[in-house]
Amino acid sequence: MATKDIAAQDTLEAEERKLTEIIRVAVPERSIRADLRAVSIVWRRELIRFRTDRLRAVTSLVQPVLFLFVLGTGLSRLAGRGLPVGVDFRTFIYPGVLAMSVLFTAIFSAASIVWDREFGFLREMLVAPVRRWAIVIGKCLGGATVATFQGLIFLALAGVAHVPYDPLLLLTLVGELLLLSFTLTAFGVMMAARIKQIQAFMALTQLFVLPLFFLSGALYPLNGLPAWLTVLTRIDPLTYIVAPMRHAVFEHLSISPQALQALSPGITWFGWVVPIGLCLAIVAAMGLAMLGIAIVEFRKTE
Amino acid sequence: MNPVISVSELTKRYGEIEAVRGIDFEVATGETFGFLGPNGAGKSTTIKILCTLADPTSGTARVAGHDVVKERDTVRRNIGLVFQDTTLDSYLTGEQNLRFHADLYGVPKAAFAPRLRQVLEMVGLWDRRDSVVATYSGGMQRRLEIARGLLHAPRVLFLDEPTVGLDPQTRVSIWEYINDLKKREDITIFLTTHYMDEAENCDRIAIIDHGKIVAIDTPEALKASIGKDRVQISTADDQAAIRALAEAFGIEAAMHEGLVTFSVESGEHFVPQLFARLAVAIQSVSVSRPSLDDVFMSYTGKTIRDAEASVGDRNRRIATRFGRR
Repeated sequence: MATKDIAAQDTLEAEERKLTEIIRVAVPERSIRADLRAVSIVWRRELIRFRTDRLRAVTSLVQPVLFLFVLGTGLSRLAGRGLPVGVDFRTFIYPGVLAMSVLFTAIFSAASIVWDREFGFLREMLVAPVRRWAIVIGKCLGGATVATFQGLIFLALAGVAHVPYDPLLLLTLVGELLLLSFTLTAFGVMMAARIKQIQAFMALTQLFVLPLFFLSGALYPLNGLPAWLTVLTRIDPLTYIVAPMRHAVFEHLSISPQALQALSPGITWFGWVVPIGLCLAIVAAMGLAMLGIAIVEFRKTE
Repeated sequence: MNPVISVSELTKRYGEIEAVRGIDFEVATGETFGFLGPNGAGKSTTIKILCTLADPTSGTARVAGHDVVKERDTVRRNIGLVFQDTTLDSYLTGEQNLRFHADLYGVPKAAFAPRLRQVLEMVGLWDRRDSVVATYSGGMQRRLEIARGLLHAPRVLFLDEPTVGLDPQTRVSIWEYINDLKKREDITIFLTTHYMDEAENCDRIAIIDHGKIVAIDTPEALKASIGKDRVQISTADDQAAIRALAEAFGIEAAMHEGLVTFSVESGEHFVPQLFARLAVAIQSVSVSRPSLDDVFMSYTGKTIRDAEASVGDRNRRIATRFGRR
């Protein structure tokens, strides 16, 4: 009887202790797993914020929609004369405008680093016992995912521009969007490492975005341009993603090989046609290079 | 006792400006240690070095047994930080902010849920965990930051001006939470403040001025070190009272703020004698202990407000040269 009481007393005490005891949290040594967990949470945070910010998703859609339907429709009466019969001008500019639809979102999600810096949250990330590359990569993947989502919304409008909903085509376009978004976010993050004020970041973005878009051949074919414009289009990184996207779209249209050649001639370097694979590799290489620079830059901060 | 923080001959120089000029101190495990000084005295620089956010120019600092320069990541795992400026993501909920922190600090997944509840209940925010931080008041945000700083069960919690920018009532409540967590968590707290009344909450304080520690002890000992209590009385005839004080006790009294004012070693023991032996009728008595203000004054020759006015320029120079960090 007495022993039972003592036993009961003991369990009671043990339970009480459990309630008041600090829950011991042994923070483990740094490991690659810990860094990957950091990548994952930084990435997830971007998604959470995108989900809660529906206004951004809508406003980012306005510009490409204007380009495609207003500018595209308006210009089609003029530009249509240069196009083969049965090809809509809107179909022609669709791949370029699709690229544009992720352009702003990708670079602006990098702008959140500048916001984070101003509002202090960046500090929370930088003082954590994780490698800087984990934070930078998480941010780039997050921005790329969010921008690709944005692109998907615009992709849903493909039918309106007479682009077929072919599964293989859609898959190709999504893959290319992902690559583009990643490279653009890396570019944005690289700039955000240096630029501390949001105003300066926005101003610089404006400075870059429209030239990138206009020089990419999104609105016109890349052949038969004046020499100066030919050179500039070949320098623009966006060119190397717009051409493969256009190639993918036109491959899935039932048009003559001559028309395909005229509308999607591909990128030429001194007469040599750059293969699609190399175009994509160039974009990927640039993305990785900028990611590398961003990581080095962030290692230097505080 | 085993020091959890030990600092020796620490200096930090920003160009020509010496923000910290050779300081030494130790903080014992479980202690609440306060750095008291005006803005620009070197408090924030010191806390930055201890938190591995800035490298010292010379000297060494060890936190939780690890060198802050050579073993930066180990130190970071063992410390919790609450900065002057908020570092929360106001678009996320309270819980999401803490989950983010847990993942960055590698808090084991199984431990997260119970620990989350524990720290949020400790600061009274468990019910608000699903609200977006933007909807929190300033005091709630600061409490959430304290909870976050504790989430990974650090050995030392650094609080840099934990109540700055909060209204007086919220300041008091933040201190209630801090005092409460001292009882419940096995933790050392290192804080900086330029509020005298807050320094009273510390087990020991270091008074820092112009990058040097000028005094270091318990608040009581510091106050005792400058000695006397201040007694103020109002009487029927003040001039007669002053004469009587001189005759009966050998005390030199003077009129201040319309009251007969003098200093004695131990005010509360002196008052009964005053009633017994002073011939003049006494209408009111007040005894006040030396405050940390008096302590600060006696060690630095100025009040903390004077000191802040004079370092303002120096601060601005540092700020413009190095940008805000």
